[in-house]
Amino acid sequence: MCTRSEAVRKYVPVLVAVVMGMGLAAGSGAAVLAPSAVKIGIVTFLSGAAAAPFGIPARNAAEVLIEELNAGRVPVPYSQRGIAGVPIQAVFVDEAGGADKQVAEFRRLVLDEKVDLVIGYISSADCLAVAPVAEELRALLVMFDCGTNQIFEEARYRYVFRTHGHQILDNVGAARYILRVKPDLRSIAGINQNYAWGQDSWATFRDSVRQLRPEVRVLVEQFPRLFAGEYSAEISALLAARPDVIHTSFWGGDLESLLIQGFPRGIYLQSTLVLTTGDTVLPRLGRDMPPGVVTGARGPHGALAPDVPLNRWFKTVYTGRFNVRPIYPSYHIAQAIFGVKAAYERALSRSAGWPTKEQVIAAFEGISFDTPSGTISMTLGRGHQAVESVAYGITGTYNSKTREFELTRVLSFPAECVNPPDGVRSAEWIARGFPGARCP
Amino acid sequence: MTAGRWAGPLAFLVLALLGRTLPGWLVFVLTLALAKGLVVMGVMLLMRVGLVSFGHGLFFAGAAYAAGFAMKLWGMREAALLVAIGVLAAVVLGGVSGLLAARYREIFFAMLTLAFSMVLYGVLIKAYAVTGGSDGLRVPVPTILGLQVRPEQGRLAVYYVTLLSVAVAVAVVLRYWNAPLGYLMQAIRDNEVRVAYLGGPVSRAVYFTYVLSSALGGLGGVLVALSVGHIDPNLAYWTTSGEFVFVALLGGTGGVHAPLAGAVVYELLKSYAFKYTPYAWQLLMGTAMLAVILLLPGGLWAPLQRAVRRQHP
Amino acid sequence: MATVTIIALDGLIFASWLFLVSAGLTLVYGVLRVLNIAHGSLYALGAYTAATLVIAYSHRGLWPPGTLAVLPLAAVVVGAAVGPLVERGILQRIYAREQILQLLATFALFLILEDAVKLIWGPSPYYAYRPYALLGQVRLGGVVYPVYSFLLVLVALSAGALLWLFVTRSRFGRLVQAVIHDPEISTTLGINLSRVYVLTFSLGAALAALGGAFTAPMISVVPGIAVEVIVVAFAVVVIGGLGSLPGAAVGALLIGLVRAAAIHLVPVLELFTIYVVMAVVLLARPHGLFPPPEVRRI
Repeated sequence: MCTRSEAVRKYVPVLVAVVMGMGLAAGSGAAVLAPSAVKIGIVTFLSGAAAAPFGIPARNAAEVLIEELNAGRVPVPYSQRGIAGVPIQAVFVDEAGGADKQVAEFRRLVLDEKVDLVIGYISSADCLAVAPVAEELRALLVMFDCGTNQIFEEARYRYVFRTHGHQILDNVGAARYILRVKPDLRSIAGINQNYAWGQDSWATFRDSVRQLRPEVRVLVEQFPRLFAGEYSAEISALLAARPDVIHTSFWGGDLESLLIQGFPRGIYLQSTLVLTTGDTVLPRLGRDMPPGVVTGARGPHGALAPDVPLNRWFKTVYTGRFNVRPIYPSYHIAQAIFGVKAAYERALSRSAGWPTKEQVIAAFEGISFDTPSGTISMTLGRGHQAVESVAYGITGTYNSKTREFELTRVLSFPAECVNPPDGVRSAEWIARGFPGARCP
Repeated sequence: MTAGRWAGPLAFLVLALLGRTLPGWLVFVLTLALAKGLVVMGVMLLMRVGLVSFGHGLFFAGAAYAAGFAMKLWGMREAALLVAIGVLAAVVLGGVSGLLAARYREIFFAMLTLAFSMVLYGVLIKAYAVTGGSDGLRVPVPTILGLQVRPEQGRLAVYYVTLLSVAVAVAVVLRYWNAPLGYLMQAIRDNEVRVAYLGGPVSRAVYFTYVLSSALGGLGGVLVALSVGHIDPNLAYWTTSGEFVFVALLGGTGGVHAPLAGAVVYELLKSYAFKYTPYAWQLLMGTAMLAVILLLPGGLWAPLQRAVRRQHP
Repeated sequence: MATVTIIALDGLIFASWLFLVSAGLTLVYGVLRVLNIAHGSLYALGAYTAATLVIAYSHRGLWPPGTLAVLPLAAVVVGAAVGPLVERGILQRIYAREQILQLLATFALFLILEDAVKLIWGPSPYYAYRPYALLGQVRLGGVVYPVYSFLLVLVALSAGALLWLFVTRSRFGRLVQAVIHDPEISTTLGINLSRVYVLTFSLGAALAALGGAFTAPMISVVPGIAVEVIVVAFAVVVIGGLGSLPGAAVGALLIGLVRAAAIHLVPVLELFTIYVVMAVVLLARPHGLFPPPEVRRI
């Protein structure tokens, strides 16, 4: 039992201390001190069918880049060690197990591993599932490879960024390219994997071609099961239909299997093949790739990457370590890592001490930064979604020095030509005849 | 006896407290585990009559998508209603498919249920305009009995909804278990022909178990949808259904709680395997499973049960 | 008319592949009563081993057609090395247990082998496609086919025929028949049960690996190919009637033709073909097309 005044006397000092403590905490929360490391969760496929073509090339690139960054061996503008002098620490997680597993793993990374941010996700379903969780946890998420255009067209995100262009540019670019090199195009056919990526890619390509050239006929639309591996019947159907152009967004083992089974049957002789991810097989099939195949890299990556110092350096360190040149998933994760570094350092230059998450986000929005694929700008999704240019070429002659086919007739389409303006949905943009597109 | 009676409510209380004390990511893992545990409970019920369903993804995904459509098309946000809609959808799916499937036994039952679930998978992938194809659908945070929940609290709220659902499901299953029809289950598994000759209502018991099992599958599906916040056709894929079977075997068919315990152990094991061996988690899971099979014949639950029985002869 | 020819050819080619990857499964089930999920992993092991051998062979610059002879060698290697190991190490310990538990054990084995393959061969793809184009092409029904596809048909036919002769005519085959009919009586008659089991399982493993070995030249050999085969092989075997070799052949042909027809006429339906065929067959004949006779024990 104590009187009121006694209680006041007893608790006032405590109260004062608490308030002061809170003030101090808030002061240090505004961050003067840099952390001992920037901890990044990196999620890519380490097992399953997407590991070899995407997950591992991305993991490899992340590993070598982070090592070089921490050692301060990266050329300008990234010559500062780690992120603003603070070393980067990576935690790798397997993307296998489905969306529910990935939501659980994302929560674990944020709440248990206490990572500063997560870079990840190759599967569109994983991106779509994890994005709302990043918002809920107020955790910074940088998507590095998933293709769906839905993310920022269907929702607004504050904590989510994507540092590469989405599926639209591959296929709008492919349509524009094929009409440039084959002005007398009369018929198209498609073979795409039976899931959202394949369905979206084909619909975008088909609708773009028909928008640009309404008289083109669609002959065959094949959708084999994902990871089917055996395509002899589908190839027969394509051979029998004799289209001018065959479009495919196949990737990884499926793409290689399709080509291995299609080439001996002359699929490239009577039709022009358009491979939106073709760059990934150039180093793998080497001499066995035939000439005359239209090849893309989901942006200016791989053999279609610009000849800038950062790219030359990236190719050298990557090839030096893994004995194979980087392909687009490697470029995509490099974009994410450089984007994060650029955003942190920009935020740091604007604030007094180590930037808060909010400051990093503010700096990330709308940023332009250099990458091995050229300069990337975050112009869509209110500054959260990157646009990229896209380039296509045709396999020409075999180069025994690089041990792969060289691409000829390379044409590059700037970002404003193959991406819808901010706030316009991709499907609408194509249906209305690409309003606002600026093409050379 | 008394210990057995109090074990359930006690576990419920402990789990309720854990919701507030465990770190957030573990609560999420626990939510997933309990929700999937309900599906596993359904699979285990069928195992009691000697049937192995390799197609519980049908009810799991069917209910999740029913709830997803209710949210997308009618703007429905109330968790209680969504759960009801999901379970109803699963019961309808189970009621119809059961007319055929309940006549089958052994591997043929397994493969027929698998075929049904894969047809649903195909439809979900193909009906792209409605279902979003393999990209799936978003499931926003629900309201709970009309109360708006803040997004940060949403998944904790779903945990309590899950816990409540588990309690109700356990009560219902226990009731069925101890009813005359439930007693028939074991007998049917041991020798169906004999039960039929003795005049037991074999087909009614199997059909009824099948529908109850599908309802549990649906309940688990809705809860997973609400807690993950995203649904995609993989919920119907045969590997998802396969996982339920394996968890059911892991837990054993000894009691109502076995599937729940099995699911919790399985999800935790998987989480830690992902964490510590990102490059070889399948190897770890496989070895653990083999060890259980070779060393613990009745599932994880069996040694515990033996211990309890020894204490209360 | 041309379309009908093409559908028949494509159906036959796919059916041959289906039969190759599922014959071992039905054989093992018929004798051991174990539905082996790890069958898919054995297929993958066969593909990887074949790819390794083909690459090693090509590197030496030896006579090119010899690569084709290397493929069955891979099957023998896998069957002899992995078969007894799995049967002795795991299956033998659980024959007395419930069937479903054996299924779980083979699933655990599948998980283990999935990572083991990655540890042995790494995550990068292996290419062994040289044999695929080696035999040249033929034009049939207005469409070019690689001769390799017809080699596949030939391999499937001869593997099926040999297996059939072996099981029905050879001494060992008769022992197997006896064991299938009644394991207990066979033991009392002096048949060495465990020897029959280990040999049959190894033969089944070799068949799975043979399927993988002849698939290797057509595909990019990557992690994850195992799981794709399992459900397809299960469907074939169930349609045909579990344990029935002719059943597996008919099941493979049925799926192959229906799928080829779907691809050429209504491509949207391709995804459903296997499952719809399986559901329809099971609805009409609950135990598959050619179920081996079963004794009702009351």
